[in-house]
Amino acid sequence: MIFKRQPWLQAFRNSKHPLTWLSVLVMGSGCVRFRQFGKGFLYLLSELAFFRFFFGFGWKYLSHFGTLGENTQLKVWNEELQIYQRVPGDNSMLILLFSVLTIAATILFVYLWVLNLKSAGELCLLDAQSKHIPSFREDLKSLLDSRFHTTLLAAPMISLVAFTVLPIVFMVLIAFTNFDSAHQPPGELFTWTGLTNVTDIFLGNQTKTHTFFGIFGWTIVWAILATFTNYILGMGLAILINHKLVRMKKMWRTLFVISIAIPQFVSLLLISRALEPMGAVNIALMKLGLISAPLPFLTDKTLARICVVVINMWIGIPYTMLTFSGVLMNIPADLYESAELDGAGPFRRFTSITLPYMIFVTAPATITTFVGNINNFNVIYLLTGGGPFALDYYQAGKTDLLVTWLYKLTVDQHDYALASTIGIFIFMIVSTLSITVYNRTSAVKKEDMFQ
Amino acid sequence: MSRKKKLTVIALHALLTVLAILWLVPVFWLVLSSFRAEKGAYTSYLWPKGFTLANYQRLFTDTTLFNFPRWFLNTLFVACCCCVITTILTLMVAYVYSRLRFPSRKALMNVSLVLGMFPGFMSMIAIYHFLKAIGLDQTLLALILVYSGGAALNYYIAKGFFDTIPKALDEAATLDGATKHIIFWKIILPNSKPIVANTAINAFIAPWVDFIFVSVIMKDNYNNYTVAKGLYTMVDKANIFEYYTAFCAGAVLISIPIVLLFIRLQEFYVGGVTAGASKG
Repeated sequence: MIFKRQPWLQAFRNSKHPLTWLSVLVMGSGCVRFRQFGKGFLYLLSELAFFRFFFGFGWKYLSHFGTLGENTQLKVWNEELQIYQRVPGDNSMLILLFSVLTIAATILFVYLWVLNLKSAGELCLLDAQSKHIPSFREDLKSLLDSRFHTTLLAAPMISLVAFTVLPIVFMVLIAFTNFDSAHQPPGELFTWTGLTNVTDIFLGNQTKTHTFFGIFGWTIVWAILATFTNYILGMGLAILINHKLVRMKKMWRTLFVISIAIPQFVSLLLISRALEPMGAVNIALMKLGLISAPLPFLTDKTLARICVVVINMWIGIPYTMLTFSGVLMNIPADLYESAELDGAGPFRRFTSITLPYMIFVTAPATITTFVGNINNFNVIYLLTGGGPFALDYYQAGKTDLLVTWLYKLTVDQHDYALASTIGIFIFMIVSTLSITVYNRTSAVKKEDMFQ
Repeated sequence: MSRKKKLTVIALHALLTVLAILWLVPVFWLVLSSFRAEKGAYTSYLWPKGFTLANYQRLFTDTTLFNFPRWFLNTLFVACCCCVITTILTLMVAYVYSRLRFPSRKALMNVSLVLGMFPGFMSMIAIYHFLKAIGLDQTLLALILVYSGGAALNYYIAKGFFDTIPKALDEAATLDGATKHIIFWKIILPNSKPIVANTAINAFIAPWVDFIFVSVIMKDNYNNYTVAKGLYTMVDKANIFEYYTAFCAGAVLISIPIVLLFIRLQEFYVGGVTAGASKG
């Protein structure tokens, strides 16, 4: 145990004073012993609040955590009113949700409890060495200086736990249940099914396995295509605009930036309308005599896939261009000067200075873009809606990414269990990828370089 | 100027012009459709037969089905709140990771990074039921909480910027007796105007362009829709013929402020993104 070697624990165990020992049961009494009334009172308050929450609310749900509810909602014939009346049963989803909440609160409470023992022990230490015991006011002051990180992180972390961590825990748990369209609370119960969903996707269910690997393959192909077309062409555009013979660089940049500023749901919907059989593009092409019948831009599998990649270029290139413009302007001029002195021509200067510099500097941004493309919801959902719809797929189409499939399963099909399993899978790929890369790029290692 | 050089100049500008036209055609098309007098999503011709301002007027007068003015105020309110809350939270987190050293720092940074990768709408269903349980579903407050709840995850660019502010400034201030609290407000923030602006503008824009979170949280409560969700409803199958041109008009209206902000922002954007990328 790492705790054993902690000096405060030693001091706590050696202490003979009853108030210090009482803090195991009544939090804060160890602080009260040394006249730290403010701190002690706060500890006691948090203990009371927790017990009230746990026994008044949390236990009601946590006790059903193992089964997620036993009583299905019933319809009972009421003779007097001559109607069927609903007898409310257990609501599996609320049981799961509030159980997660209660467990989180319990973890927080245990943390506070240990913290309370720690303060009690540390106070004994301070007392034994006859050092000054900080007053409540001094404790508060340290929150603005030596413990300033606690103060600053408190609000962001609370919001993070409430709106990101707990929901994620909840959804991860859902992946191990049978929460789908046939098991919708409050009408029906759902329960734990272990790894059924995982085995369904990877080995068991023919259609689901086929769909999953089909979509997964396309997601990877898409992410690579989307990232690299944008990367290379965006770099090209930036170099073009920053060419020394080009006038009014800022105006050109602005022209391309305007397209970024239009909300994606507007521009993409507009483009998707224009690509429909009787949309603007087909009409224009037919008027020009280039084609005789409308092209099935969004309904043919291959054509639709090409379209989403091309249109993603329209969306993404201005961003890449902006990034690269910044990088280009930051390349130290003396590098070029010395290269010119050494007799390097324009092409040589580009391949030996500009290109390596840009690739090096934008490496982390490229990974972020790659990850962004794996989860690029807007382009696919608004443009093709995942279509053309495929009969051999489970509720998905040929341009669907894992993330749009997940969305459809959740919002249209209410197949939460399957969706959560896919979500966990996406999360595992993406997080492994980014953690490895971020910790390897020089940018993180050299974070102190400019300080 | 030599002949060859002249040709290069002409070729470069010609290429840029073609590209710029490619990028501006959909924008132009949007503006054109917003002034189109004929209804419908499709026309069998490209240039409208008649022009009118009625689409814009309709947005503000015909509020029985689609209450655009109300949505506009909703979005403005949510955007202002999010802007303030998100900016403060993001900068606080970025400062902590950039300047303060404490035991779990590295772990927290990695965890935040990983959490940011979770597909957002997966947790949305859970958030919805949680908000419902505390009686906040279908309210604007819920929207504000959801939009600014993830602020602690977007510290990366701001942290990169803070990393470039010389530490000597902090040390000098510490010698003069300044606490870390004072250093944050009096030294770091005044030196980081570009990144403050960048963070604030991005936070302000988010509610104007999101339609997914609103759909889940508001369900069918039309009165609390934001502009994006409202406009999105205008072009669903039942309404698209009647409201397509009004949709375009609404889209132009929300795009204008964003375009203006973006044009002002682009210099910051160039600086901010590369600061995040190159300086960690």
